[in-house]
Amino acid sequence: MSKNSLGDYLRRFSVPIMFVIICVICAPISGLSPSYLINEIVTRMGRNAFLILSLLIPIMAGMGLNFSMTLGAMAGEIGLILVCDWQIVSIPGMVLAMIISIPISALLGLFCGKVLNMAKGREMITSYIISFFINGIYQLIVLYLMGPVIPIKHSTIKLPRGYGVRNTVSLLSMRQKLDNLIPLTIAGVKIPVATFLVVFVLCLVIIWFRKTKLGQDMRAVGQDMEVARDAGINVERTRIISMVLSTVLAGIGMIIYLQNMGNIATYSSHSQIGMFCIAALLVGGASVDKASIGNVFLGIVLFHTMFIVAPKAGTVITGDSMIGEYFRVFVSYAVITVALIMYETNKRKNKSKESQQLALEQENANG
Amino acid sequence: MSEQTQKNAFNERIRNAAQEFGLPRLIITGFLVLLLVVSPFVGADLPTQISNIINRFSWNGVLVLAMVPMVHSGCGLNFGLPLGIISGLLGATLSIELGFTGAVSFVMAALLATPFALVLGTVYGWLLNKIKGGEMMIATYVGFSSVSLMCMMWLLLPYHSPNMVWGMAGKGLRTTISLEGYYTQALAKILQINIGNLMIPTGAILFFIVLAFAMWAFLHTKTGTAMTAVGSNPEFARSAGINVDKIRLISVVMSTWLAAIGILVYEQGFGFIQLYMAPFYMALPAVSAILIGGASVNKASIMNVIIGTILFQGIVTMTPTVMNNMIHLDMSEVIRIIVSNGMILYALTRKTEGTK
Repeated sequence: MSKNSLGDYLRRFSVPIMFVIICVICAPISGLSPSYLINEIVTRMGRNAFLILSLLIPIMAGMGLNFSMTLGAMAGEIGLILVCDWQIVSIPGMVLAMIISIPISALLGLFCGKVLNMAKGREMITSYIISFFINGIYQLIVLYLMGPVIPIKHSTIKLPRGYGVRNTVSLLSMRQKLDNLIPLTIAGVKIPVATFLVVFVLCLVIIWFRKTKLGQDMRAVGQDMEVARDAGINVERTRIISMVLSTVLAGIGMIIYLQNMGNIATYSSHSQIGMFCIAALLVGGASVDKASIGNVFLGIVLFHTMFIVAPKAGTVITGDSMIGEYFRVFVSYAVITVALIMYETNKRKNKSKESQQLALEQENANG
Repeated sequence: MSEQTQKNAFNERIRNAAQEFGLPRLIITGFLVLLLVVSPFVGADLPTQISNIINRFSWNGVLVLAMVPMVHSGCGLNFGLPLGIISGLLGATLSIELGFTGAVSFVMAALLATPFALVLGTVYGWLLNKIKGGEMMIATYVGFSSVSLMCMMWLLLPYHSPNMVWGMAGKGLRTTISLEGYYTQALAKILQINIGNLMIPTGAILFFIVLAFAMWAFLHTKTGTAMTAVGSNPEFARSAGINVDKIRLISVVMSTWLAAIGILVYEQGFGFIQLYMAPFYMALPAVSAILIGGASVNKASIMNVIIGTILFQGIVTMTPTVMNNMIHLDMSEVIRIIVSNGMILYALTRKTEGTK
């Protein structure tokens, strides 16, 4: 029995263990100093934690990995672009950007939830395509409507042709304002205290949310939609709410992310964010139907260590800087692929186990 | 009175036909027709436009055709198309590396790509049999992983042909490789018809027709019928004594091989081999083309392929020129993204029997 559980344990944590091994091998080869590494990881922790936490709620509701978290990211970017144009700086600017992003994300989340309710059992691929679809609409708005329809005044943001937003929007006035709100440096490591506080509050909220009626409903829906419906839970509504919450959180998370980066890549910031966040969460030991706050933080540490170390190590080993770049992209995709395959095979195994059980019971009843 | 009912019945029939055709499809067809009608008035040359569409059709047809077998066997839309494309690219680069030139290099590329497609397709099919029900998502990521793995391989594999590697380093393949002197227009040049501005790449179209006909014929053989049976009702197929896993495997291998050949046909038309991240999103246009043609997640015919490719490529080629001439505003990229992904979304949200 105990041997079995150890094996299960190993299987469950196979991805994190693999990553620990990669990091342990690559870190010395890369030649990066430990203090630099720690600094980078702490920064990235503050930058990404909020975004990745936004993925937890749809997993709870059984909707799998929310590939359409990019919707929220786009809403956040729209908020920031507008605030930038209005020249509201620093923390008030960030708060205003969040306030603008919330209704947009809520609307997008509502749309997403409705569509996903029409595609039950195919949520992930559908949410993935939704992110592409909305990206098209986002480009339509940002590239063509901003200027003539949505007023943009400043030429630093507007394209020279008179409409549309430039490829990069500088957030110099907001750059790391939240991170540096409460300055603290321990042993040369700069710690973004205020950002961590915000993340901490979100963690508390998520823990609290799990215990509320709505949170319980979501878990019930995630376990079994039919049973939940029989128990009188409005399944469709619960699922939509989970999507709305996730999208809104992703929007806020994106604003925190971008204030750390210091500029918006208008047409590409959001496109990769979903993939990297999901990969990080999975690296932390989460699966498609189960994820905890612990997974988020472990995932950030392991994934981003790999992310920093791999290109350098690749350059040292092969003498070509591109190898490492491609390697980390490959690893991100491979992790998601492996996690998805493990989830599907487990699901099938459980199903066949269940049906065997059922057959056995029936046989017993007959005999 | 009877006239009234007759009229009602007529209306009913039209409504049914429209419903079967699907509203989004109707809008897209209408849009394309509108573009064709408008184009002469805004100063675009209609024959050039039409030959553009025909050309594009001949490039992309086989890639879209690759969707058919997997849809038939119930594996859903093949978002893992990049895997097949990679086999094709391996064939293409090997053929050039081995020193073949001219039209022979095309034949050799196809031959060399085949073993890769068969092996990768078998592994891919075996994997998809393990995860029935989650094919599309995993296919997407299998495609992505393989493309990013190959990104490293293109740099590391020992290619030496000076036409393909980076000039300075002498190793590592270039991102785009010109096919000048190799198989540019290898198929298109065969029996090419030129009438004024109208140019028809007969050879490439014939090649597509041959493959499409072979596919049609295959679907009417015993194995092909079994494939359709597996797709529409796996339980029923199993009780009828069909080896479901084997049939699915065959469909995946076929799809992968067609994708490999498809990318070669695409390259001969386009004139370049594109490596590295280029195959990344190549599945999406093919998927949305077949959906625009009237296929659903578990139903597709050769007709869907032909209509879909013409409609999709028509919009892709027509929008930029017409829009540019009309309002000096190129929104084609955005329109393409919205139309193609909107179409995939539409298909995914249809309630389809037989899928789980």
